[in-house]
Amino acid sequence: MRKAVLGAALAGVVLAASSNVYAAECAAGKTMKDGVLTIATGNPAYYPWVMDNDPSSGKGFEAAVAYAVANKMGFENDKVEWTSASFDQSIQPGVKDFDFNLQQFSITEEREKVVDFSAPYYSAPMAVLVRKSSVDNGATATVDSLKELKWGIDSNTTALAMLQQTIKPSSDPLLYDDNVNVIEAMKANQIDAGLFDLPTALYLSAVVLEDGVVLGQFPADRSDTPDQFGLLMEDGSALKECVDEAVLAITEDGTLAKIEAQWLQETTGVPLIK
Amino acid sequence: MINRSAARVAYKKKQKRKGAVVAALSSFFVLAALIILVPQTPGWEKVQASFFNGEILVSTFPSLLKAFLLDVAIFLWSLPAIALLGLLVALARDQKSPAMFPLRALAIGYTDIFRGVPVILTIFLIGFGIPGLGLPRPWNSPYIWGSVALVLTYSAYVAEVLRSGIESIHESQRNAGKSLGLSQRDTMRYIVLPQALRRVVPANMNMLVALQKDVALLSFIGPVEILRQAGVHKSLLANFTPYVGAAIIFLAVTVPATRYADYLLAKQHRERT
Amino acid sequence: MALERLKLKGVEKAFGDVPVLKGIDLSVKEGEMVCLIGSSGSGKSTLLRCINLLEPIDNGQIFFNDVDISEPGLDPQPVRQKIGMVFQSFNLFPHMSALQNVMLAPRRVFKEPKEQLLENVTALFEKFGLADRMHHYPDQLSGGQQQRVAIVRALAMNPLIMLFDEVTSALDPELIEEVLDVLRQLRLQGMTMILATHEIGFAREAADTVCMLDDGKIIEKASPDKLFTDPTEARTRQFLSSVLK
Repeated sequence: MRKAVLGAALAGVVLAASSNVYAAECAAGKTMKDGVLTIATGNPAYYPWVMDNDPSSGKGFEAAVAYAVANKMGFENDKVEWTSASFDQSIQPGVKDFDFNLQQFSITEEREKVVDFSAPYYSAPMAVLVRKSSVDNGATATVDSLKELKWGIDSNTTALAMLQQTIKPSSDPLLYDDNVNVIEAMKANQIDAGLFDLPTALYLSAVVLEDGVVLGQFPADRSDTPDQFGLLMEDGSALKECVDEAVLAITEDGTLAKIEAQWLQETTGVPLIK
Repeated sequence: MINRSAARVAYKKKQKRKGAVVAALSSFFVLAALIILVPQTPGWEKVQASFFNGEILVSTFPSLLKAFLLDVAIFLWSLPAIALLGLLVALARDQKSPAMFPLRALAIGYTDIFRGVPVILTIFLIGFGIPGLGLPRPWNSPYIWGSVALVLTYSAYVAEVLRSGIESIHESQRNAGKSLGLSQRDTMRYIVLPQALRRVVPANMNMLVALQKDVALLSFIGPVEILRQAGVHKSLLANFTPYVGAAIIFLAVTVPATRYADYLLAKQHRERT
Repeated sequence: MALERLKLKGVEKAFGDVPVLKGIDLSVKEGEMVCLIGSSGSGKSTLLRCINLLEPIDNGQIFFNDVDISEPGLDPQPVRQKIGMVFQSFNLFPHMSALQNVMLAPRRVFKEPKEQLLENVTALFEKFGLADRMHHYPDQLSGGQQQRVAIVRALAMNPLIMLFDEVTSALDPELIEEVLDVLRQLRLQGMTMILATHEIGFAREAADTVCMLDDGKIIEKASPDKLFTDPTEARTRQFLSSVLK
């Protein structure tokens, strides 16, 4: 019995090792630079995705995921090189200067026509960020209450579609280029609420918006297409197969869940919106 | 004699015809080369799908057109304010008496600052900053303060154009007014300004074209005008064609305006020579 | 004894370091016509511009109807309303018709009712043979016509004295006479006038007094008979012989 357990464990190790070997072979010759995996993220990259804007530290959810995926693909930490790429640059057709790119890209059908996405590494629930004054004025985590708020949305995200499908606000939302401007408009009292994925909302309320409150979150399955983040690659990338394999492997062996718990543990304690 | 001049006319005609043929042929070849060569580049198919997708153009065009109405509205309500403020600043800069020095200095400082700062920065500063001081709704609206930012920026430019117009009116015109016993104000109002304004119409037309484009910058602080609407489509469809649609709408307005400004300029040039 | 309309006492004026008027004394009686002659740069134009307060003077005094109008800080507007001035280059307002050019100042300054004013102004146009040119714009008029409109424009303010600054110098020779005719008419009416002019013949025929300016000073002042036939100063003789050649 003990032998059998040991044997199974050994077999598991061997299997794991052999799958790593397989992955290493899978990626061989397919990366931009031979023997090196080039990974892109935004600059600056924010907590809790990347700590201190330094992805090479491996700290932060996406930095940790990137290294886990790289390791699974057979690249040691010192064989990973980081680069930065903007949102617009990344969804343009054409040759990419990275092997894969992670900066909370939501996977959408339309985007998949011009770029490739890996299997999802995170399903982000959407959450509502308001200022304390809105809570004092009686805003609650119900759709009826949220309808009456003035909304501001980062137009580069899929939050706009979600807002119009589930909340259907009574006045047209204002749209911005990035989170920073949404927050600025909240500070100027031009809008009451913003819709972000939960980790972003938590970060903004903790660090950027002094009197920010994460009012509530939607279940990830609330909309037809829950926001899922995928690693972005060049359309028709030869690496896609290997990357998918690695993402599935770290999902199955629980690595991903551990990383999520470690870096996105704040995702608890925000009420569901009714 | 007669034969000779007839020959000359015929020669000129021939030259002209030859010129037209050369122009037509060269245009044709350049265009043909573009049409034939560009699609043969390796990336063309992807570029075409991303930037020139007919289906997407048709489906997004109506919403772009609707969003453009907001651009037009912002343009229209900013315009009178720009004309008035620009004129006041130009007049303040024209004050020559020592007692008016503070006013003149203020006007100079104003034009220097607002012409020197990028428009987008002014829009952020005023659009977010002033409402951030604690104005209650609806007085903190980005539509109001974004427009104020445009007005402040463009008034500075228009003031400079007007001032150059005022200074281009010869001193003898002012002297003629003065010698008739007209006040300085009446001399400015009835003699200098009407001539100066006429002279700077083409320059101001160009200003209007620039303003029409810069209205789109207000989208940075929230309003969903055409550029933002195109951006929303782009994000959802992962396709740049909506921007091309927006460009078409802009060009439909700005090209005729620019041509008209050039026409006015050429006409004025002819009149002066 | 005729009233003394204008009196200049030791008037001095410099542009920067360059003195242009070096102590001018002059007295002009009501109805008198004074001609200023002298070469270009002798200070004739500057003198007229100083009288009309277009240039402040540095020293001396200018009395108009026995009131010192050269006092610093004095509002020049009411003074200019009483002193008409006509320029060498006409200076009509190009964006206004002849009639509008003439009507503007009386309308703005005296707030006269339009009908009354229009009647008076039309009479002036008719008097100087411009009735059919009232609605023309300056660029549709000949130089002579433009200058006559400019004179009408000044006259419409009912000035007590008229200043003419080389008013025929910019005109083609065949157009000069029509402007001089206007001046003759004004003389007959008894208008007090000061002319800076190169028209020696006209000065001799029409002036009561002729002043010879040289280097910012009046070097000789006399009746035209005296000054043109028997000048005292050598400089005057030299000038006359050069222009009469």
